[in-house]
Amino acid sequence: MLEKFIWAFIVGGAICVIGQLLMDGLKLTPAHTTCTLVVTGSVLGGFGLYDKLVKFAGAGASVPISSFGNQLVKGALQEAEKAGLIGVLTGIFEIPSAGISSAIIFGFLAALVFRPKG
Amino acid sequence: MLQGHQTWVFDSKPIITGSAAIGGPFEAQGALAKDFDLLHDDLWLGQESYEKAEKKLLEQACETAIKKAGLKKEDIQFFLSGDLINQIVPSSFTARTLAVPYLGIYGACSSCAEGLSLASLIVDAGFANHALTGTSSHNAAAEKQYRYPNEYGAQKPPTAQWTVTGAGAAVISSEGEGPRVAAATIGRVVDMGLSDPFNMGVAMAPAAVDTIEAHFRDLNADASQYDLIATGDLGRVGHNIAGDLLKKHGVKIPEEKLTDCGILMYKDDQPVFAGGSGCACAATATYGHLLNRLKRRELHKILIVATGALLSPMSYQQKETIPCVAHAVAIEI
Repeated sequence: MLEKFIWAFIVGGAICVIGQLLMDGLKLTPAHTTCTLVVTGSVLGGFGLYDKLVKFAGAGASVPISSFGNQLVKGALQEAEKAGLIGVLTGIFEIPSAGISSAIIFGFLAALVFRPKG
Repeated sequence: MLQGHQTWVFDSKPIITGSAAIGGPFEAQGALAKDFDLLHDDLWLGQESYEKAEKKLLEQACETAIKKAGLKKEDIQFFLSGDLINQIVPSSFTARTLAVPYLGIYGACSSCAEGLSLASLIVDAGFANHALTGTSSHNAAAEKQYRYPNEYGAQKPPTAQWTVTGAGAAVISSEGEGPRVAAATIGRVVDMGLSDPFNMGVAMAPAAVDTIEAHFRDLNADASQYDLIATGDLGRVGHNIAGDLLKKHGVKIPEEKLTDCGILMYKDDQPVFAGGSGCACAATATYGHLLNRLKRRELHKILIVATGALLSPMSYQQKETIPCVAHAVAIEI
């Protein structure tokens, strides 16, 4: 049990270190860094490697943004198996829809309470 | 009168009869708080946007400076102002409020010295009895325009600087009491090929050094004639580089005489990275703190070298380097 926590810490931390190095070393903007991690996660997901990482490191791999890329590919592949090529389009947001919808809804609720424009 | 290549010597020594420094909440906690005429505890100043808040800061600075000069706004013949916001709207909108003949200027954070030089030139040449110059910047408005909105929470490296929320203004008159503007050196644009907008102090340091050298060369002067030489907003990183460059170029300025408004502005425990920046940095430090020190006779002659990074968000996105400029103004009592 404790071992799982440690691996989650190390793997999650390592992904963040990669992001930090992209920003500080390669001078990528925050948006470029996020996109790079998403694309990397989706490529690893396409080869079925990201799920193995999640199984190994738990939240250490599922919380960082790279997991979002994995979910996009996973959803698209799952639907493609059921519905063919059109499934790539309909399935892509199937798994990450909870994350996207909650970002929009909670963003909206926060905007009602605070001043969203500067 | 032109002396040397790029220095104006003002024979009549126009007088700064009134000056004002207005600041925001972060400046109120800073090291120069007692030298501000007015400090706001609300970053919004009760306005709908940060840009409108900046306009309000500049309006208040102008009003206060005119009042301290013992004048009415009808007495002001020309208004010269610049800021960092697109198309310098805080300046132009303040000019709308003042209803005074207006020249909009842009020198980024060097606008303070640019405005002061030109206003002094106008008064010295006899084209006005009273000219008003002002400049402003707002932390959140500048961050939004040049980098990322603060709410986005993007990380900053330790070389980044903190844009001062505030405004400074000064009335330059042909007669009256106050510190006098003796000379001004207009700087060349210097570009050493740096392109990191989170490290502008370093980009601007060579421009400051170039202008200080030119000032000394044109006037056949050296640092011994000044009690203090203050650069505008190089911050700690840029200040060190400027010191090194001056040494390398053989310009001797004792360490205690060379300072930077961006370092003076905040306390050490404030999280401002390398120090303050923005048009209001040099403006509020000069029109508040430094002029007060002159009036108290703690200083007798100072050189303000306001530095500006002449980039735009578009030039940065198109991966252009950052051209910089610095203008020097000698003020004495």
